[in-house]
Amino acid sequence: MGTQELSYLLLGLSWTLGLTAIGFAGGIPFGIGIALMRVSSNNWLRRPAMAWIGLFQGTPLLMQLFVAYFGLPLLGFNLPAWAAVAIALTAHASSFLGEIWRGAIQAIPKGQTEAALALGLPDRSRMFDVILPQAFKISLPATVGFLVQLLKGTSLAAIVGFIELTRAGNIVSNQLYRPLLVFGVVGAMYFAMCWPLSWWGRKLEQSMSKGANK
Amino acid sequence: MTNSNSIAKHSDAPAMIQMRHVEKWYGDFHALKNIDLTVATGEKIVLCGPSGSGKSTLIRCINHLETIQSGEIIVNGHRLTDSQAAVDAVRQEVGMVFQQFNLFPHKTVMENCILAPMRVHKLSRTQAEKTAQKYLERVHIGDQAHKHPAQLSGGQQQRVAIARALCMEPKAMLFDEPTSALDPEMVKEVLDTMISLARDGMTMICVTHEMGFARQVADRVIFMANGEIVEENDPESFFSAPKHERTRAFLGEILAHH
Repeated sequence: MGTQELSYLLLGLSWTLGLTAIGFAGGIPFGIGIALMRVSSNNWLRRPAMAWIGLFQGTPLLMQLFVAYFGLPLLGFNLPAWAAVAIALTAHASSFLGEIWRGAIQAIPKGQTEAALALGLPDRSRMFDVILPQAFKISLPATVGFLVQLLKGTSLAAIVGFIELTRAGNIVSNQLYRPLLVFGVVGAMYFAMCWPLSWWGRKLEQSMSKGANK
Repeated sequence: MTNSNSIAKHSDAPAMIQMRHVEKWYGDFHALKNIDLTVATGEKIVLCGPSGSGKSTLIRCINHLETIQSGEIIVNGHRLTDSQAAVDAVRQEVGMVFQQFNLFPHKTVMENCILAPMRVHKLSRTQAEKTAQKYLERVHIGDQAHKHPAQLSGGQQQRVAIARALCMEPKAMLFDEPTSALDPEMVKEVLDTMISLARDGMTMICVTHEMGFARQVADRVIFMANGEIVEENDPESFFSAPKHERTRAFLGEILAHH
């Protein structure tokens, strides 16, 4: 494999990173929103959140990308390809992260909520100062696990035309007739992106635990 | 030390906490039956009774951690309804200390204490820290301000919890079995803190099994069973001449271990 092929793969990698960044940037804030709606006592918030989670967890990401890319224009939304993919990845990520964080929020002992209420903390402060930081810490293994999955899941965007890393690998492999070499390199590149994410997640867990051990 | 003068002294002062004909159900279970309770400013009430008698439920209704189905609760002139404004107003008047401490584990002792004053009273960080340091020293834990709760013993954590509640400068304090989750050697430090608070004039309702504390500090001891107030009296009379059979049975059991 020469430098030309390698730089083609790296271009694909940059697309993977870009799509992943979009997925995180959209999925994380919307995931928090979905989680908060999901734990709300208000039926008008909780039920739609449950439906959202059910829909986007229950259907394949590939199908969601299709629907966003081909379906949204049919409804009159004329979006560039990356926007359609961004919408699909955000919706997908928000449902999984929302459910992960919902579970983590509900795992926080009731006494924390009661102490916050007894102190007169407004709901916003109770969530963002007391509950969510603790919930986030509990959710770290599951959250990082999902984010790693999302990174690899961006490979599906190839189906709507993005030459991300896997598709780039496909193209190069077809040119060189050396699939093992090419996909070995592609695999190593994915690993090089995923492993630091996992490592960072563990570091974050450790630093959030610094007060927890005597 | 006799507290029997205190009832006469307090009866002229306006009531700090008033519960009138309070009824509470959990589904079909009648948890509180026709509760009438008046707590004067500066009065210390000890609430005792067997498990399931409703004593924790009673104090949790005062700060709306539990809701009531009928009756009236008035705290320092604020009538407690289900409206957020009324609930917020009442919660600012009373502080609560829990059996399980419920300190925020991800925050330091100091951060635990300054959070509510900053968010609710809108104090600046410096002002809040000053108040917090004062109360932390009041409970003799001023030097631990930068530790996390997990680094402290149970007794220390509970004293931090008391300081945290005091930082909101409440008019009354509710204690829900504050020493029940502590190892015996740590019970004294927390009780001493509560006694000192009582001597400074704080209005207190304590749900507790610590009868020694009741004798020392309480103006009135109230015995509850099956959701009802069975008997109330000043500590001397309560312990030496309980009027009801149920009270006698309870005291017989609990004092056998003291």
